[in-house]
Amino acid sequence: INHIVHNGALYKRPFNEAFEETPMLVAVLTYVGYGVLTLFGYLRDFMRHWKIEKCQNATEREEQKDFVPLYQDFENFYNRNLYMRIRDSWNRPICSVPGAKVDMMERVSHDYNWTFTYTGRVIKDVINMGSYNYLGFAQKTGPCQEAAAKVLSQYGAGVCSTRQEMGNLDKHEELEKLVARFLGVESAMTYGMGFATNSMNIPALVGKGCLILSDELNHASLVLGARLSGATIRIFKHNNMQSLEKLLRDAIVHGQPRTRRPWKKILILVEGIYSMEGSIVRLPEVIALKKKYKSYLYLDEAHSIGALGPGGRGVVEYFGLNPEDVDVMMGTFTKSFGAAGGYIAGKKELIDYLRTYSHSAAYATSMSPPVVEQIITSMKCIMGEDGTTIGRARVQQLAENTIYFRRRLKEMGFIIYGNEDSPIVPLMLYMPAKIGAFGREMLKRNIGVVVVGFPATPIIESRARFCLSAAHTKEMLDTALKEVNEVGDLLQVKYSRRRLVPLLDRPFDETTYEETED
Amino acid sequence: MDAKRSSPSYLYWLFCQFELITCSYLMEPWEKVLFYSFNLAMLGLLLYTAYVCLAFHLSSALQLLWSLLGNPRENALSVVK
Repeated sequence: INHIVHNGALYKRPFNEAFEETPMLVAVLTYVGYGVLTLFGYLRDFMRHWKIEKCQNATEREEQKDFVPLYQDFENFYNRNLYMRIRDSWNRPICSVPGAKVDMMERVSHDYNWTFTYTGRVIKDVINMGSYNYLGFAQKTGPCQEAAAKVLSQYGAGVCSTRQEMGNLDKHEELEKLVARFLGVESAMTYGMGFATNSMNIPALVGKGCLILSDELNHASLVLGARLSGATIRIFKHNNMQSLEKLLRDAIVHGQPRTRRPWKKILILVEGIYSMEGSIVRLPEVIALKKKYKSYLYLDEAHSIGALGPGGRGVVEYFGLNPEDVDVMMGTFTKSFGAAGGYIAGKKELIDYLRTYSHSAAYATSMSPPVVEQIITSMKCIMGEDGTTIGRARVQQLAENTIYFRRRLKEMGFIIYGNEDSPIVPLMLYMPAKIGAFGREMLKRNIGVVVVGFPATPIIESRARFCLSAAHTKEMLDTALKEVNEVGDLLQVKYSRRRLVPLLDRPFDETTYEETED
Repeated sequence: MDAKRSSPSYLYWLFCQFELITCSYLMEPWEKVLFYSFNLAMLGLLLYTAYVCLAFHLSSALQLLWSLLGNPRENALSVVK
């Protein structure tokens, strides 16, 4: 279903999001595949139980066999019997900087993925379509690396304290002022780990007696933070504003469950770009709802900061909205800035409160100085304050790469989820054998992709997820597209039943006319 | 699109698709042997049943058709009734 919103009052540009339905035959065959694997899983478990086969997975000790069984639920069954068979597509060790091309260590398994041995060979120059390197700042040369090396020689690598004790460096203060200026808000605070930013700060903001309205497909860090806070959690359907409005109205009309008192706070948790679907949040509508029903908005821009918007300022700039409308803006530095860590930005009173009451500020080690310098340099580069236009060019290159790659994949006939402008491109595979086959075939052709299955996605909707980068040149994208086309024909994953008419105006194809006869 | 593949490699490609759909691509060799022998046994049973019963059903259906077309014959059909 293609949502092209013509509501010109809220949206200043067309909002194209599509989640094509699973073809019925493909769904049936996927279930057939899972059924066969489940039967063989039961057979193998039987053989392991009766000692016909050597048991290589974790089991309880002999003395504990009469206790409550630990490994009999579905997750462990899936792990032993299905995940083990395709495990070689994950946890692949890389041995160079994860830029546009990466070196991977080759490994083989002689006992069907239970153990791996390294052959010693290094697979060089694998095109990296899996790293969250949206603006290409994962580099080992360049101004960011030089600045980080200088700071490393000045401050060392470790901080040896938490923010509140002795770990507050002048570099952290500089970074926080820069982040606040970048986002257009009053004040910001940074933390050493992006996951910990969410899970440790949501409990500081809400507590019992508050209501959290969280999207269906929110990240594990948001879910963990919401559960740790002790507030009541209600889920609304993914990116569905009618569902959110209904929940808000119910919450205000009925109040808390037993006592009917009004809720102390209502907090809406959404993400800028959802990393498994590639969809962008409908931010103008969320802000309109938030203002109408007087609730608060927590926006997690982990994947969208630096990747969306003409200046790389995230999803707020992409929609042309006022950053002061979002109460708590959260983001991470892992994805677009080539570093590690997270930040929370907003009004000065909020950030001052978090400096005192956040668990992460009181107990977690503060960010390492070279990492801080990497973020400062890359953020200044994006803003254009280092005197060059490299940052602006990279943001534009990412947008062009996104549009080109998505359009070419759709023309080839794959089912691609998500918004037209998101640099995350999920390609649907559905069948379990094709997950393993896709990962292995792409690696044979020197392209590294990330394939995702259960439990990160629903069990029949497994996918391959491409993460585009500004560091990918059009030659690399064309090579990757050619190989994806070949593997797609080999594995028959071109399920889409709507063939887009290929547009004749391809602005990047001056040198690739020989690619058009596919 | 692709050029028409030669017959043996096309059959091999079809076999690979069967392997991918039924997930025998992921199985160890002894599991594949078990799975294929089970499948072949089921297929053989189906073909045998079809061979044995189909001839009888086809002949009786043809005789019924023949009699309906206006050539009534006193034959085994009246006995079958």
